[in-house]
Amino acid sequence: MLEIRNVHKTFNLGTINEKHALNGVDLKLDEGDFVTVIGGNGAGKSTMLNAVAGTWPVDEGSILIDGVDVTGLPEFKRASYLGRVFQDPMTGTTATMQIDENLALAARRGQKRGLRWGITKAEKEQFHELLKELDLGLEDRMTSKVGLLSGGQRQAVTLLMASLQKPKVLLLDEHTAALDPKTAAKVLALTDKIITENHLTAMMVTHNMRDAIAHGNRLIMMNNGKVILNIAGEEKKKLTVEDLLQKFEEVSGEEFASDKALLG
Amino acid sequence: MIQYFTSLNPAAFGNALPGNVAQGLIWGIMALGVYITFRLLDFADLTVDGSFATGGAVTVMMTITGHNIWISLLCASLAGLLAGLCTGLLHTKLGIPPILAGILTQIALYSVNLNIMDRHANQALSIDKYTLILSSRNLTKAIIVGLLFSVVLIALLYWYFGTEQGSAIRATGCNPAMSKAQGINIDNMKLIGLALSNAIVAMSGGLLSQYSGFADVNMGRGGIVIGLAAVIIGEVLGDAILGKRMDFKGRLTFVVIGGIIYYIVIGIVLWLKMPSEDLKLFTAIIVAIFLAVPYLKGQSKSSFKKAGKKAAAMAAGSKEGK
Repeated sequence: MLEIRNVHKTFNLGTINEKHALNGVDLKLDEGDFVTVIGGNGAGKSTMLNAVAGTWPVDEGSILIDGVDVTGLPEFKRASYLGRVFQDPMTGTTATMQIDENLALAARRGQKRGLRWGITKAEKEQFHELLKELDLGLEDRMTSKVGLLSGGQRQAVTLLMASLQKPKVLLLDEHTAALDPKTAAKVLALTDKIITENHLTAMMVTHNMRDAIAHGNRLIMMNNGKVILNIAGEEKKKLTVEDLLQKFEEVSGEEFASDKALLG
Repeated sequence: MIQYFTSLNPAAFGNALPGNVAQGLIWGIMALGVYITFRLLDFADLTVDGSFATGGAVTVMMTITGHNIWISLLCASLAGLLAGLCTGLLHTKLGIPPILAGILTQIALYSVNLNIMDRHANQALSIDKYTLILSSRNLTKAIIVGLLFSVVLIALLYWYFGTEQGSAIRATGCNPAMSKAQGINIDNMKLIGLALSNAIVAMSGGLLSQYSGFADVNMGRGGIVIGLAAVIIGEVLGDAILGKRMDFKGRLTFVVIGGIIYYIVIGIVLWLKMPSEDLKLFTAIIVAIFLAVPYLKGQSKSSFKKAGKKAAAMAAGSKEGK
């Protein structure tokens, strides 16, 4: 479903801030795969997601979604294949627009936006049902501005938006990192539910090793802009945080640097 | 002092009022264009000073060369549309920051406008010679025409910004990152918004040139400030009156009302016999005040000074308790 072939990206080339962020990333996701991505700060996790999303063009390599080479497509054109939830709850939704308007915008992802009314009656009913399933009471506040919602509520709405038009790949970039632990757990459970119910292919970056182990059917670890560990199936189910730390040291020859990943 | 007050004639103010209202309506229409860029697109577009005069210039020149006034006004709007596109392309295709892109187009339009007006700084359009849509000669008609244009335009804008495309423009202005992730081509949305805004501004310039009976290459100077004044006066007033019931229709309506109020205030200032050379100074002060009101309101609710005073009072209170 998603294929990343030998992707390289260097930021600030030729300056003192030069950073080889992606260093030949290779990764293949089959349909229905839910991959969790871990790694220390600066390992290239978010950069890899941004490469897929098309935030900027890659320097080398190619990216295929469902067999289509999207390497040359700008972000807004790739959007028709992708659902995205960001780390910052403010990024995924439009604060000055109503909840239903935000959903309607997402329902038209990848479609031409013409002069038809921005939201139909049937959609309003559909959104009401879907919001009800979130169990956050948002179905009664459909005409409230999204800016009035809490971070957790906004992430829940963003998740819903990402799945309204079934994406080929769902990209989750540390989407629970800015939430308190209780809300984060709720949003993660919702993530699982949406991925399972819609049979989505997903990639989730997280700093939390326990979450990375508990969710998804595959786990990859990144270091220095490369995928250094790729675990799937039964092996993943048996993983522990200690295993991961040990494996990291074996493969990279360094100690796992991020305290946040350890403690989280 | 007494002499000054006795010299003020209430009747004179009353006589000037219909003219102020008519002019306010025309500038209120212009402010609807400013509202699109400033509020919906979050793009402080300074093109308008130029495109307003372009609208006047095209309207006058086409009319005196024998074209129907409606056709002239339509072409004026199209000229404004192109000016907006120009600013949009400078920004989206060449990466020039919004304010600079607007200033560049504005300054270029000065020459363009002079060329449109046959290299004259001023061209007359007499109601005696041509059939015009409105004129300051007939203020009742001018006000009715202004009202009709406002109502039709507000209805059209309300509809457009409710459509899929209009919603995409609103999303672009508020959250470009999210818009891109939803597959919206934000460059195109900015182009459409700027084009639409400047088309409206130019149309308003075309109306003013008919009202005042001439087009002047400087007629748009400071226009952005007047437009902003109308937008902000309208918003502050609308929020105060409608509160939570303020919706998009209400906002657009109050933008036009803001234009009228602005011109009534200017009328009062002139009636108080303040020198007209100082008008721009007054305008700047009015806009600064209305821009500051929402900020200061927020400050009065939560400020360091207040927090400090409270803390000091608490400390004093607990000392007494001991």
